[in-house]
Formats: sequence, C-alpha cells, structure tokens
Amino acid sequence: MSVKALPKSQVVPKRIRVAGMKLALTGLALAVLFLFLIPMAYGIVTALKTDNQFSEVGAPWWPASERKFVYEGEEYGIYLVPINGEIRELALYKKGRKSSFFVDPQNPEAGPFEWEGQWRQLERAWEPDPQWENFVEAWNTIDFLVLLRNTFFYAAITTFGAVMSSALVAYGFARFRIPGKGVLFMLMLSTVILPGAVTLIPTYFVFLKLGWVGTWLPLIVPTFFSWGTNVFLMRQFFLGIPRDLDEAAMIDGASPFRIFTSVILPMSGPALTAVALFHFFYAWNDFFGPLIYLAGHPEKFPITVGLTAFNNLYSQSTNLIQAASLISAVIPIIVFFLAQKQFMQGVVITGVEK
Amino acid sequence: MTVFEGISLLRQGRAKARRKLSKSEKREAGWGLVFLSPWMIGFLLFYFFPMIASFVFSLYDFNPAVPDQATFVGFENWRRALFVDEEVRLSFIRTIHFAAISLPIGLGFALFLAVLMNSQHVIGKNLYRTLFYMPTMIPLVATVLMWNGVLNEQTGWINILIEKLTGIEATGTNGIRWLADPRLVYYAYTMFGLWGVGNAMIIFLAGLQSVPTEIYEAAQIDGASWWQRFIRITIPLITPVIFYQLVLGVIGSLQYFLAPFVLNGGTGFPEGKTRFYMVYFYKQSFTFFNMGYGATLAWLMFIVALVITIILFGTARYWVYYAAEEQ
Repeated sequence: MSVKALPKSQVVPKRIRVAGMKLALTGLALAVLFLFLIPMAYGIVTALKTDNQFSEVGAPWWPASERKFVYEGEEYGIYLVPINGEIRELALYKKGRKSSFFVDPQNPEAGPFEWEGQWRQLERAWEPDPQWENFVEAWNTIDFLVLLRNTFFYAAITTFGAVMSSALVAYGFARFRIPGKGVLFMLMLSTVILPGAVTLIPTYFVFLKLGWVGTWLPLIVPTFFSWGTNVFLMRQFFLGIPRDLDEAAMIDGASPFRIFTSVILPMSGPALTAVALFHFFYAWNDFFGPLIYLAGHPEKFPITVGLTAFNNLYSQSTNLIQAASLISAVIPIIVFFLAQKQFMQGVVITGVEK
Repeated sequence: MTVFEGISLLRQGRAKARRKLSKSEKREAGWGLVFLSPWMIGFLLFYFFPMIASFVFSLYDFNPAVPDQATFVGFENWRRALFVDEEVRLSFIRTIHFAAISLPIGLGFALFLAVLMNSQHVIGKNLYRTLFYMPTMIPLVATVLMWNGVLNEQTGWINILIEKLTGIEATGTNGIRWLADPRLVYYAYTMFGLWGVGNAMIIFLAGLQSVPTEIYEAAQIDGASWWQRFIRITIPLITPVIFYQLVLGVIGSLQYFLAPFVLNGGTGFPEGKTRFYMVYFYKQSFTFFNMGYGATLAWLMFIVALVITIILFGTARYWVYYAAEEQ
C-alpha cells in the first residue's frame, strides 16, 4: 500500500516543481534580456532628447523639454516652488537675487506675486517632448544619403563577388580529384585565422603604386578571389548534393562549367543566401579597410567610418550621436529579421563543423 | 572539425601522389584547378607574396611618401621592436591582459545563454534567441557609441540604475568611471563585446543540441544531478566547439582595434591602458607611416599568433573530445 502511494504523492510536487522551474528560468531569461538590451533602450530614449536636457541639472531620464507658460504674450519657464510645505508649479515672471516674482498658471488673473528664496535653487518642471526631428537632423548633418549609397554600393558589389568566387572554388574542392587538394584546402582554411596585418603593408603599398588608394578598388577587388569561411560553407553544402545529378548531366555531354551553372547553383539557394548574408553584414560592418584606404576622402566613406568622424566632430551632441547610431543599425536589423533562419544556419555550419 | 578533416585528406593525398595519373584523371584535375584558380590567384596575390614582401619591408627603413629614400637596415627594426621600444612589450601585455578578461567572460556568457535557450523550461525560446542575437547585427561602431553613452558616468543608465538599486554613489564625482578608470576600462570594453555574443551563442546551442539525449537519460537513471550532467557530459562533448571559439577569440583579440580607436582615436585613454598592439601597429604604419617598422610589428604579431595557435592545438588532444577519433 505505502509503496503504491509513494509515486502518487510525488506526481503533484513534480508538476509544481516543473512549473516553478519554468517560472524561474523564464524569469531569469527575461531579466538577462532586460539588462542586455538596456543600451538599446538608452540609445532610443537619448536620441529623442532635447539639447537642454544634457546641461540642465535635474533633467528627467525621458525625452522632455522645460514647461513654459505664456503670460501677457511672453513665455516664462515653469519651476517647482515649495510654498507652505507643498510644491507648486509656477511660472518665473521676474528673477531676483533674494526673492522673485511668480505667476500661477492655474490662476493668471491674480497677477505676479513675490516669493522669498533663490530661484536658482529651484528645479524646472518638465513635460514629455520627444524630438523626432533629431533623426532628421542627424541624417542631414552626417549626410547619411551619401554614406548609405556608398555602403550599399560596396556591400552589393562585394557580396556578388564573394558569392560567385566562393561558389566556383567550393565546387572545385567538392567535386574534383586534384593532386594536393588536402594541402590546398588546409592552406585555405589557415588564411581564415591569419592576422590581416601581416599582409597589409605590402598590399597597401602596391595599391598606392597603382593609384588605387583613395578609391574603393582595394576593398572590392580582393573579394572576387574568394574567402575561406565562405568556401567552406558552400563546399559542405555541395557535398550534400547527390553526385548522380552531375553524372546524369555529364552523360548528356554537359561540361563541368555547365554542370556548375545549371545543376549545382540552382540547387544551392540556401548556401548562396547564407554566404550573401555573411558578406553583406561583413561589408556593412567593415571598418579597418575603409579607414585606411579611404582616409581623406569623406565623400567615399561608408557608414562605419562616417559615423566615427561624426562622433569626433559632434561629441557634445549626445542625442544626435545616438540617433545616427540607430539609423546605421536599422537596415542590418531589418535584413536580419527577414532572413535570420538562413543566416543562423550558415553560422552553425561554419562554426560547428569546422 | 575541418582541420582534422584536412589532415586526413592530406594523408590520402600523400598515399596517392606516387601513382601516375591517367588521361581522364588529368582532365578532371585540370578542370578542378580551373575552378580553384580564383582562390589560388587570390592566395598568391593577397596572402603569399604580401607575407614575404612584408618580411622584406621589415628589413628596411621605409616611408611610402618617399619610397626612393628607403634604406636597408638589416634587423635593426626587429632589434628596436624586441629590445628597445618599450611600447611594443607594453601594448602586447595590455592586449593579453584584456583578452584574459574579455575572452572567458564572453565565452562564458555565450555558453550560459546557450544553456538557457536549450532548456525545456524556458518559455518563448525562439524569441529570446532572436533578441539576444540582434545586437550582433548592429555595426560595431554604433554598438561602441551606444555603450559609450550608457556607461557615461553622469548620465548613463548603468550608473543611474546601480545608484537607484544599491544606493552606492555611482554617478557623482566619486562615481563609477567605467571608461576613465584604468582598473575598470577593460571590463567596460568587455561589456561592449557581449553585444557580439550571437554567433558564439548559436554555435554553442547547436553543439548542445547535438549531444545525444540517451546519455543524459542514462546518467539521470544513475542519479546524476543537473550540475554533474553538465560538467561530466555536456562540457566534454562540446569541447570541440569551445576549442574553435577559443582559437578564433584569441586571434581576434590580438587584432582588437575598433573600440579604442572609435572612443579615443588611439590615445590609449585612460593612462595608455587601451593602446593595444593593433592600435600601436596602426599608429606606426598609418599615422607616422613608418612602414618598415610597421611590417616588423605585423610579422611579430603573426609569429605570436602562430605560436599561440600551435600551443592551443598542442593542448587540444588533452581536453578536446572528438567522437570520430575514438575507435
């Protein structure tokens, strides 16, 4: 009897325990997420703030402007004035050293009255006033259209180059028996972890001699010669395509190049998309290359370098800097939300199988 | 692990190499080389020759503005970098110091999130995964500028929150100066890094999901607690993933550049603490245009990266578990 009763008495506590775990772990995830996204919330709120909020002591954390009251055709700031133990919102009519004159916005007919005390000690009254124009101002000041056009141009053309060249090379690695293929493959993968600095100076010098420094060419041309991670990802995908299809096409007399374009590529949508996304985000984020090769040519800057220059010039305009940062993040985030599945799959293939 | 895959390909290749190729095999190899040619040309043009040239540059005193005045100085640049120029040693130590803080925290946080996302008890996992991933997509410059604002000692929300929650005076003149206090600045930079946790997180997550559930069930029947299962089963089985992230992380840390450059233009504020090796390399090469010396610094970095990678691969067989190798 008691043996039979035991599992029954455990069933209920277990269900409660699982519910408790669910609550605790979901709560933990939420709490971590909250802390994790604070800078983003800060960025949005700060971008909407008025300029005065950064200099005024006691300004609220949310976007606001000082409240004002119009009295006899003139604007007067509203202050929080302690009178008889209660705090009243009054408009400062006439400033004085020891005492000042105030108007009660609730009852302006009563006229100004005197208040004993230093008005400088008083705090201002604030009202919510999000400055959506900050985004427009940031957009115009930083000349975002030019930066955006540059970045788009750079991202689009190099993404095309990266995808096509990686697909070609990956096909070579996936389908052909080549003497020394193992060595070549290892060599290609080892370039992924090679610190870029070690090749930078001679490359820079050659591009300088070619007259390419100050143009986009040093950033575009190398992407047409494939990149290790992308080749690896595509090769893994191509290996999964049944060889029967190639062989059927081969019997029909198709050349390897024809097989590549009409059999392999049409079946490789997910891999091509993943590589395109990788490269798109890479190009959008690229900083060091443009910094070096486009130095002194602000009209050619991509967003990253333009944003840095903006930050150096307008370091006091905290709200505009945050607005500009957010604008630069909008397009990658939209692309990510649209294509996150393919993108994450690609990351997993290159990250786990290596 | 492709590196191991590559080694096995290497062995196969060696076994076959002695045999003469038939006509059709030659044709196949020829086509293969045609497809590999973009990479092979790119490798020669952008990796092989530049690396050699970089070494040759390191033997010269060279400024690209006046290339005619380049003078051969032998190993003088190397002597200067290794024995005379204190900043080389100091910036390298700073880089390692920062990596020793940021890498364990970054990888630990990624693993923590992956475990959380992998738990059957968390409701709405996909949403969390997307939201934790999202900041990885924000351009790094924008990330740095947002964190720079939120860590501001007076107006940043982090200090305001700390003050509100704990009562510690975080904002005033004696407040927490995240980016100006030499003792704190590496932790502040580590925090920016956490916003790039996405890739490591989903790679760990895929690693966790590939652990066969039968092993857990068996361990559970034997009475193993959650923590024991995590330490004894999960961690050993995902060591290949940890290893890969560690190698990439170390190499990436050696080249850490963007955040200090955006925040202080490479001045090393505060007290030179953020003048990392790559920042110093940039200054020498592209501010002073001492390209001979810059090439020396770059080669030194390459040697250090190579040595660290070899050491990591050497230790791998003691702690990294490969299912395929256990036969």
